[in-house]
Amino acid sequence: MENKFKPIKSYGLDKEKILKMYQDMLKIRYFENKITDFYSKGLMPGLAHLYIGEEAVAVGVCANLTERDFAVSTHRGHGHLIAQGADLKKMMAEVLGKETGYCHGKGGSMHIMDVSKGILGANGIVGAGIPIATGSAYSAKVRGTDQVTISFFGDAASNQGTFHESVNMAAAWKLPVVYVCENNLYGISVDIRKVTNTKDIATRAKAYNIPGVAVDGNDILEVYKVSQEAIERARKGEGPSLVECKTYRWKGHHVGDPGRVYRSEKEFEEWKEHCPIKTFHERLIKEKISSEKELNLIEKDTKKMVKEVADFAIQSPYPNEKEAYEDLFAEEGRS
Amino acid sequence: MKTKKITYAQAIAEAIDEEMRRDKNVILLGEDVGILGGNFKATVGLYEKYGEWRVKDAPISENSFTGLGLGAALTGLRPIVEIMFGDFLMLAFDQIGNQAAKIRYMSGGQAKVPLTVRTTLGGGRSSAAQHSQSLQSLVCHIPGLKVVMPSSAAEAKGLLKTAIRDNNPVIFFEHKMEYNKTYEVPEEEYTIPFGIANILKEGKDITIVGTSNQALKALQAAEELVKEGIEAEIIDPRTLVPLDKDTMINSVKKTGRLLIVDEGYERCGVAGEIAMSILKDIFYYLDAPIERLTTANYPLPFSPALEFPIIPDEKKIYQRAKKMVIG
Repeated sequence: MENKFKPIKSYGLDKEKILKMYQDMLKIRYFENKITDFYSKGLMPGLAHLYIGEEAVAVGVCANLTERDFAVSTHRGHGHLIAQGADLKKMMAEVLGKETGYCHGKGGSMHIMDVSKGILGANGIVGAGIPIATGSAYSAKVRGTDQVTISFFGDAASNQGTFHESVNMAAAWKLPVVYVCENNLYGISVDIRKVTNTKDIATRAKAYNIPGVAVDGNDILEVYKVSQEAIERARKGEGPSLVECKTYRWKGHHVGDPGRVYRSEKEFEEWKEHCPIKTFHERLIKEKISSEKELNLIEKDTKKMVKEVADFAIQSPYPNEKEAYEDLFAEEGRS
Repeated sequence: MKTKKITYAQAIAEAIDEEMRRDKNVILLGEDVGILGGNFKATVGLYEKYGEWRVKDAPISENSFTGLGLGAALTGLRPIVEIMFGDFLMLAFDQIGNQAAKIRYMSGGQAKVPLTVRTTLGGGRSSAAQHSQSLQSLVCHIPGLKVVMPSSAAEAKGLLKTAIRDNNPVIFFEHKMEYNKTYEVPEEEYTIPFGIANILKEGKDITIVGTSNQALKALQAAEELVKEGIEAEIIDPRTLVPLDKDTMINSVKKTGRLLIVDEGYERCGVAGEIAMSILKDIFYYLDAPIERLTTANYPLPFSPALEFPIIPDEKKIYQRAKKMVIG
């Protein structure tokens, strides 16, 4: 994994935006480090699928979205939700199954949603979010808005029928959706290269006569630029695109999986060297966009923020058991 | 009340037409719903009237176009998805059972899913095992779905309008053998609420609960039973979720006998579920064991010589009810 980066200045972004993108990646990293900590201390029920190592994808893509756009996430969803501006306290409380969580303890890590922010949810079924995102795009088209929907999914989901069925419909109807495949090379333990005869998932776009681009998913600015083109295309009514972001998950499939049996130490170390946060930090210094002092301050602030988030979640109460019987149908319960 | 004579298929098309006119966010999506006007002609004229975006001919991708309907429902539309044959529900079961049914609950009540899935049930057309099933029990099993089984055209129209206006996922079963039949349907606009059973005929000797068009077959059987001196009370539950238990309980308290007729399979089926759900309230009023009349636990065979014997009809209802009352 070589680190080939273009000059930051060539992307034409202002410093404030660049530093926000840096901080958003840190938020994801620290948030999930905290989850690992909670899990190891037995403070977290169930499991969570961690996004560490893939932060540049969510942040790079979502940095292009407006408040009115939509995104549909996956079982490995924390990164997308944070990049879309979800409330970290409500997220962490949900991960711990607390009353103050987004879903009042009924969804957990895999089902966090924030409809008010266009966050149409993480999803526990691999590939199931792809048609939902396609429907969100269909809705925008019928309602006559310029809203764009992002459909995040993994390499393994690109082998589900829902991927092919959905991309086919979106292509036929020129729907305003961008399909973002996060190719982290493994579906749980199975190497995508052993079950798929396609080197780049992006080439599957050809079958549906839409643009398909593969990009270094750990280079936040390339992800930003490539997804920006796809989003603009969708917004102009020119239809969907497929963007494949090549990346790597540092952790196992979930917090309880060491993730080493099926992956070599060499591969892991190479990807760790290509860390989306570390490499971006180095570029910011080297290209004199920022200083160590300034970046350290951002890191310190973000750590403090995540600590407050963790404290809030830990101190929050568990839901009353009556909560299990709320929210089945729309005319019952709170809203 | 002024009525007109229209077919069951026309009643369905009228319900959709009225709701599409009333609310521009109502859309229709499914296989052959557009130019063809539906495989069963239940959407005739809508494509011409509302255009290709509100009446969309979908590719043969049941799971994904159902999911597309769900995504549209989450973002401001009120979609009606047509699954041509109830058997194809199994292709769309992830989006129906894991997604649509659960998103509101999993999100802690944030999401609203105003999605109607219209599909069909019923044998009798020599369509064999993959185009004849009555799979209502499968969807009844999943919490978070409302399940509607209309009997006549007038019932179908009023209940479909309610389904489209509901803010929850509704699975709406239309009986294939009814589409071409003509019925009296009110001229004026009306809706029929969910969760209120319809007593088609009052009687004192036996309660017969029939789902979908089995309620109408039970009514035919009741006319014959009168000749034997048996007064049957006929109940159409209309909706299986929610289920109006009170009407059935009160009826059995009066008659002391209960026969449940459903075209689904017997095992883990709707008939058994209805019986068990009210048994505690009627046990001490029963003069005979509760019985159920359903499709036998076999795939639907092709030949009419084989198919009709294994599905319930008015004759079987008559015979079973008579046996329950006079032995």
